[in-house]
Amino acid sequence: MHCPKCHGVMRTYTRSGVHIEQCDNCRGIFLDYGELEALTRLEGQARPAPPAAPAAPAWGAPAQVHHHHHGGGHYHHGGLFHMLFST
Amino acid sequence: MTRRSPARAAPGEWLTGRVRPPVDRSPRVSPPALFERLAEIGRARSAGGDASVLYDRHGVLVVRVGDVVVKAHQADRDGGPRLERRMRVAASLPELLLPPLDGPLRVDGRVVTVWPYGEPVSPDAVPWEEAGRLLAALHTCPVPADAPPWGRPTRVGRLVRRLPDGPEAAQVRRAFATLPSWIRAGEDDGGADGGAPQRLIHGDWHLGQLVRAGDGWRLIDVEDLGRGDPVWDLARPAALFSAGVLPPGDWARFLRAYREAGGPAVPSDGDLWRVLDLPARTLAIQIAATCVISARADGRPLDGPERALVDTCGRICEAGPGMT
Repeated sequence: MHCPKCHGVMRTYTRSGVHIEQCDNCRGIFLDYGELEALTRLEGQARPAPPAAPAAPAWGAPAQVHHHHHGGGHYHHGGLFHMLFST
Repeated sequence: MTRRSPARAAPGEWLTGRVRPPVDRSPRVSPPALFERLAEIGRARSAGGDASVLYDRHGVLVVRVGDVVVKAHQADRDGGPRLERRMRVAASLPELLLPPLDGPLRVDGRVVTVWPYGEPVSPDAVPWEEAGRLLAALHTCPVPADAPPWGRPTRVGRLVRRLPDGPEAAQVRRAFATLPSWIRAGEDDGGADGGAPQRLIHGDWHLGQLVRAGDGWRLIDVEDLGRGDPVWDLARPAALFSAGVLPPGDWARFLRAYREAGGPAVPSDGDLWRVLDLPARTLAIQIAATCVISARADGRPLDGPERALVDTCGRICEAGPGMT
């Protein structure tokens, strides 16, 4: 098979069970019918689902407030330290 | 331990030593004679080491000697039969609670207890999973017949009544007004609260109440230990998550571990806030009150997280009355 764009020779590769034709010359890729959908589906499976944000009460802080005050899970901040470590 | 003046009180601090290791060799507030008596008790119990003050505020003096901690309790706390019962409960559950070594003793008119030293939680490496599992284990163990009733949340009312003037305090008072009357009245009548499940609960749980001793983490400070609704032990982290100061990931770690260990305080799935809303509200208001009192006493403005707690009181007002 020759590349429809530059007429170079195309080679067949298999990635995660999907056959891909790639041109040796221009590196262009040719996908058969359904192969783009198959790749999209695989990509979705590979990417971990975003962690669901824990539910908050009606009066909870807006999501963007989180992480404003500190980062990295450290609690050295004066006020926050007292809130977490004392009555 | 410090109940009546919690502005900067820290029940766990005496064992945590805060972030810096304790260096005081003598008390600044308590009488030196009391320090000497506690040091003497500690030396008799420990393998050796210098006596140092771990905590000396709000009528509580805590002295460490090597692997032993000696605590003189607040004079107005119940140091009699109830404390003794709570210490017996701790002694019977050494895998959950740090077991006492001795006490309550009477020393110079003060109630004194003796405990093993425990290594505090590092703010850099909070064991959220272990904390969740430990509380779940406490809540699922058979309630010892001797456990006193926990009663009702009384601190929030005491703190709100001590609030100074000013717009921030007013905000906290308005939020307090949304709480049901049985919390606002804050009478420690020792009664059950509304038919909630009765479990063994810590009663004043936060990260300062967790120490590493021997083979694992243990709960300390038994002064509120008793029979009550376990959801109140989750109230503080729930409040801090809801206020936006505890990262959601940390709250999720704690909660997941608690649920996976069979913790009964919250439904294993479904709406958490059906049971957690009121305790979290109550603690958010209590912590906000503590922040306002503390900042005023220090003559400084609120810092970021403290401001977030007062802002949370504003949102509590907007949300309207909580569940009764």
